[in-house]
Amino acid sequence: MKNLLKAFKLTLAFCVLFSVLYIFVLWVFARIAGPNGGNAEVVVVDGKVVGAANVGQAFTKDVYFWGRPSCAGDGYDASSSAGSNKGATNPEYLQEVESRIDTFLVKHPYLQRSEIPAEMVTASGSGLDPEISKAGAYVQIKRVAQARGMSEEKVKEVVDQYVKGPLLGLFGPASRVNVLKLNVALDEIQKEN
Amino acid sequence: MNTEILGSVLQVVAMVVLAYPLGRYMAKVYKGERTWSDFMAPIEKWIYKLCGINPQEEMNWKKFLVALLTINVFWFFWGMILLVCQGCLPLNPDGNAGQTPDLAFNTCISFMVNCNLQHYSGESGLTYFTQLFVIMLFQFITAATGMAALAGIFKAMATRSGKQIGNFWNLLVKSCTRILLPLSLIVGFILILNGTPMGFDGKMELTTLEGARQSVSQGPAAAIVPIKQLGTNGGGYFGVNSAHPLENPTFLTNMVECWSILILPMAMVFALGFYLKRKKLAYTIFGVMLFAYLLGVVGAHYYEMNGNPRIDEMGIAQNRGAMEGKEIRLGSAATALWSQTTTVTSNGSVNGMHDSVMPLTGMMTMLNMMINSWFGGVGVGFMNYYTFIIIAVFISGLMVGRTPEFLGKKVEAREMKIAMIVALAHPFIILVGTGIASYLAVHQPELAGAWLNNPSFHGLSEMLYEYTSAAANNGSGFEGLGDNTYFWNFTTGLVLILGRYLPIVGQVAIAGLLASKKFIPESAGTLKTDTGTFAVMTFAVILIVAALSFFPALTLGPIAEYLSL
Repeated sequence: MKNLLKAFKLTLAFCVLFSVLYIFVLWVFARIAGPNGGNAEVVVVDGKVVGAANVGQAFTKDVYFWGRPSCAGDGYDASSSAGSNKGATNPEYLQEVESRIDTFLVKHPYLQRSEIPAEMVTASGSGLDPEISKAGAYVQIKRVAQARGMSEEKVKEVVDQYVKGPLLGLFGPASRVNVLKLNVALDEIQKEN
Repeated sequence: MNTEILGSVLQVVAMVVLAYPLGRYMAKVYKGERTWSDFMAPIEKWIYKLCGINPQEEMNWKKFLVALLTINVFWFFWGMILLVCQGCLPLNPDGNAGQTPDLAFNTCISFMVNCNLQHYSGESGLTYFTQLFVIMLFQFITAATGMAALAGIFKAMATRSGKQIGNFWNLLVKSCTRILLPLSLIVGFILILNGTPMGFDGKMELTTLEGARQSVSQGPAAAIVPIKQLGTNGGGYFGVNSAHPLENPTFLTNMVECWSILILPMAMVFALGFYLKRKKLAYTIFGVMLFAYLLGVVGAHYYEMNGNPRIDEMGIAQNRGAMEGKEIRLGSAATALWSQTTTVTSNGSVNGMHDSVMPLTGMMTMLNMMINSWFGGVGVGFMNYYTFIIIAVFISGLMVGRTPEFLGKKVEAREMKIAMIVALAHPFIILVGTGIASYLAVHQPELAGAWLNNPSFHGLSEMLYEYTSAAANNGSGFEGLGDNTYFWNFTTGLVLILGRYLPIVGQVAIAGLLASKKFIPESAGTLKTDTGTFAVMTFAVILIVAALSFFPALTLGPIAEYLSL
């Protein structure tokens, strides 16, 4: 019984220490030093928030670069993140990938099958992957350029500006491109002209 | 050299290098020696005074366990009540409902045993209040429970002859204030700077570039992520854990988070060496654990980075490895490393979906949890290894015809019985659980249809993984399994309890019993336990007892799937 009383008081003390004090310190730090005062970082166009910088969103139009397939809700539902959880040998899954390849080829008729990067036809872990690889962006350049009436060189130039390398040039995946930021940049350029 | 592999190498090196000084510091904390963190002493004093605790009071192993179990039972009721009532409590801007009793039972047990078998999704299954006053609170205090138990065992091992193994309350509080809190703050700061949210606004509603509505879940994630990693709990803030781009926004945060998983379990082994002044013993144990961990790491990198052969057959470019269920900013190597790191410890956080990894990577993650003593959860992992040391001492004692002794204490029938029960209970609860579930799945196809996300061998792996994860208090899952049902909530809840408290009670009891025995000074006839030979012996015992019990089950699941690739 004495132990139970100690347990109760100690739990309350821990609540104060962790659930209140620790949280408070981090919260204040986030307000001051966080990229968006503690909320998710955003991308703003003309004063309007068009997306969270680190959270992917669905792109289906030809004028935009597309992200990876998503299994979050109906696709890029940022309130219910999820992966496909399909096993490597699941026949249903393999068929799905096959049909994604076909769709991708229909939309990009200039591509060889062997040029399609696997990450463009496999679903990300979170369903909210904001990025694609450099190869994933390159294969889409021709389509985007045609849809926008821009030259391929110009689009490629913009893509290259948004390709990021490994951390310090040494650690982590070789290349990545934030799809939302890239698309926003393209929109801005066209607006200027 | 491939930058993805370099990233993995750096993470492992950073773990090993920093674990050493941290281990020395932890040994000092548990011995009550002077450290730089003594400025926390007034806070501790205030806690002791408030709670009526005398930190100097020594406990024998029974008293120690009673205190440990009492506070754990209390936490169970605390969690149950708050989870069921969360809908009516404050800090609920998204208006999430209370959990159903069976789900709350599972959630509460799960976090009480420092596991994170989450049968709900963080965005909708919890409120900010329960995230902070149940989930995050438990992540601190249950991790500290495991650390306190191990600190008690350290003291027991160091005692020449005596019944006292330290004060549970004191060790619990100090684990929190001196170790978990400062480290969590540092990691939290790094995460915030890199874009992990830490606020109390509700979902962010926005219109996307293409004009669709998107609501982005956010909240106090940067407070929970550090401790879920450091405390080897693993309970993610968001549904997909550290695969979520807000929970783990960059490769840098990924390195810090992955480092956080293993740093304390590694430091614990060094702490043992410093505490007992037997560094050589610690090094041999560390060597065995590191070797076993790296075996899995290398294998996982090989299979994940080579990609899925079935996708290769489709004739597309699979340069980044098997990317199903993985993220571009992290890459297949980082997910391979994390999958092994999270399963050798009882962490259970993920940065990619384990259900979609290659069959043999999946098998190695399961094997890590089945063995459950390579580094392991903070505190409890080393305690599992301790069980196997006792068994290895006994077996090698028999082999060479010497009295089995460990650290100057005779190992006799009573300790051996406890050690065997603890060692065998683990395969027992996993295999019986999987057996029952598979039986039901076969004989009631509508159940299997609702549970399993994948057919055939992989379906069996999903069920096997779930019970393995529960028994090892790991918490990761082959998440395709539809596990928020009465059956899964209750059976895994039961397995979680057995998997946590049976070993803790057994191991503390063994340590307590050994501590009270007469100390026999080392002589020429003593079997040395800090040699390479003994390390190999322990490794072999673990492999035979732990790994082989699971071989048939693994053959039917991941191995069969691999062969069918």
